[in-house]
Amino acid sequence: MRLAGAALLSGLWLLSLAIGAADQSLADLFLTPEGRALMLESRLPRTVAAVLAGVGLAMSGQVMQVLARNRFIEPMTAGAGQSAALGVLLCTLVLPGAAIGVKMAAAALCALAGSLGLMALIRPLPPTQPLLVPLVALVYGGVIGAVVTFVAYQGNMMQFLGTWLTGELSGVLRGRYELLWIGAVASGATYLIADRLSLLSLGEDAARALGLNVGLVTAAAVAAISVVTAMIVVTLGAIPFVGLVVPNLVARLAGDNLRRALPLTALAGAILVLAADILGRVIRAPYEVPVATTIAVIGATAFVVMLNRGRTRA
Amino acid sequence: MIRIEGLSHAIGGSPILHDIDLTLPEGGVTALIGPNGAGKSTLLSLIARLQKIQAGRITVGGQEVGRTSDRDLARTLAVMAQSTHVSARLSVADLVSFGRYPWHRGRPGAIDRDHVEQALTRFDLLALRHRFLDEISGGQRQRAFVAMAYAQDTPYLLLDEPLNNLDIAAARDLMGLVRDMADRDGRTVVIVLHDINYATGFADRLVVLKDGRIAAQGQPAQIVTEALLRDVFGTSATVETLQGRPYVVV
Ligand SMILES: Nc1ncnc2c1ncn2[C@@H]1O[C@H](COP(=O)(O)OP(=O)(O)O)[C@@H](O)[C@H]1O
Ligand SMILES: [Mg+2]
Repeated sequence: MRLAGAALLSGLWLLSLAIGAADQSLADLFLTPEGRALMLESRLPRTVAAVLAGVGLAMSGQVMQVLARNRFIEPMTAGAGQSAALGVLLCTLVLPGAAIGVKMAAAALCALAGSLGLMALIRPLPPTQPLLVPLVALVYGGVIGAVVTFVAYQGNMMQFLGTWLTGELSGVLRGRYELLWIGAVASGATYLIADRLSLLSLGEDAARALGLNVGLVTAAAVAAISVVTAMIVVTLGAIPFVGLVVPNLVARLAGDNLRRALPLTALAGAILVLAADILGRVIRAPYEVPVATTIAVIGATAFVVMLNRGRTRA
Repeated sequence: MIRIEGLSHAIGGSPILHDIDLTLPEGGVTALIGPNGAGKSTLLSLIARLQKIQAGRITVGGQEVGRTSDRDLARTLAVMAQSTHVSARLSVADLVSFGRYPWHRGRPGAIDRDHVEQALTRFDLLALRHRFLDEISGGQRQRAFVAMAYAQDTPYLLLDEPLNNLDIAAARDLMGLVRDMADRDGRTVVIVLHDINYATGFADRLVVLKDGRIAAQGQPAQIVTEALLRDVFGTSATVETLQGRPYVVV
């Protein structure tokens, strides 16, 4: 499964490098100076960004699902994504000339506050009612999203909002996507604590009975999720669904032991986002469909199929 | 030895446990019985430091609960809670291996794998090791949870109603395995049981709880009487003796 996935990702990687507005053969891209420039400035960054975003979105989705002990939740739509957008927006309004680092920090801090708020809200919900969690998360994300719209309206920023809130990769150039590496490092950190996170899926009490420092592990995981989400929102915009669909698919095949599941999740997330971006580039070329839109279509379809399969199986 | 002194507990203002003093000696199986809501699970969760002790003192093998680190206590005491609701898709082998966490702290080694194999073998789970918990029967699942507690390799084991929803074969098998842990490995087992006949059939000692107080304790033959059933459980059933053990005629 891993090998097939890796081969698929490599194929998509080459494909992603090969397609674009400028007509260049793959050989030209490597051999001619203009080709190399195009590749280093635009196509390679875009491809790398898609992969990093996919890895981050999928892994943080899975980690949040373990923390919430619920399958139907992901940070991008459950408040962290909207909070990150709020952070960027407030930062732009209050400190118009702020450096990207400041915006990034504002987004990460707001995402953290948003995630903590969500965790506090869903913690008392009974695990026997699994649909309450996504409902609460949906409303919570919606409320923060409404605040974002309100602030943007007050600050005459409505026209930027659409661009921000729809994740897309067309603007990715060298020098404008590197924040995603911070997100990748945070994703990698969740893999380092994969065993501890898996224990949390037994419930807080059982995890503590095994000697796990539940508070510390939860805090570390929430921080990692928030950083990943914030970096993606700041760099590309919101990309929903990846964090929901990919972990569910992986859990079906490989289970929820994160040491085993997280690498597969990362791989599948990268494949999904890269494939969706390639599709968005070719489907009505020379125009582009934002990656968030393509993913919403692919993701929603995949999810419905998955739910249906689950029903016939159960 | 588990020593409980002056333990009282209240939840939301209503008292659950009243000034409990109890000493459980090393080794053997102690069954905790009593009507629903008597406070058995609360008592167990206090011993296992899953709830904060409000008044009183508990020591397990000389370590004071509440002052010992979670990590040290996890190497002394394993607990299986009454409701084992797991939403994640974990395989039987995954679950059992989680029991080793107190020893390897995230870096499982050869010793840990050995213990997991041993637990899987002993609890007859080898053929099910790769199955997910939501794809096996209730009896097999309970067995997997007890196997996890076994793999934790602690001298003390607390089990809260592990026979829930088990048919007679599964229940007897599991009690046999529990008995074995006390007899062969010398572990100290405290087990909450619903069915008094399983308690008298498998336990060395009974502790009877009623309304947050200890109503009786001792060997089954001395404890289980028609008077006890009437006063503690509020039912007038006959008690017969068979092979030296009392049985409730239901
Ligand atoms: N979280 C809780 N909130 C309020 N009351 C509780 C809670 N947990 C237990 N109780 C009450 O404490 C009493 C003892 O409960 P428990 O220890 O679960 O009893 P048992 O395990 O003997 O059936 C019951 O009356 C129950 O209603
Ligand atoms: Mg109980």
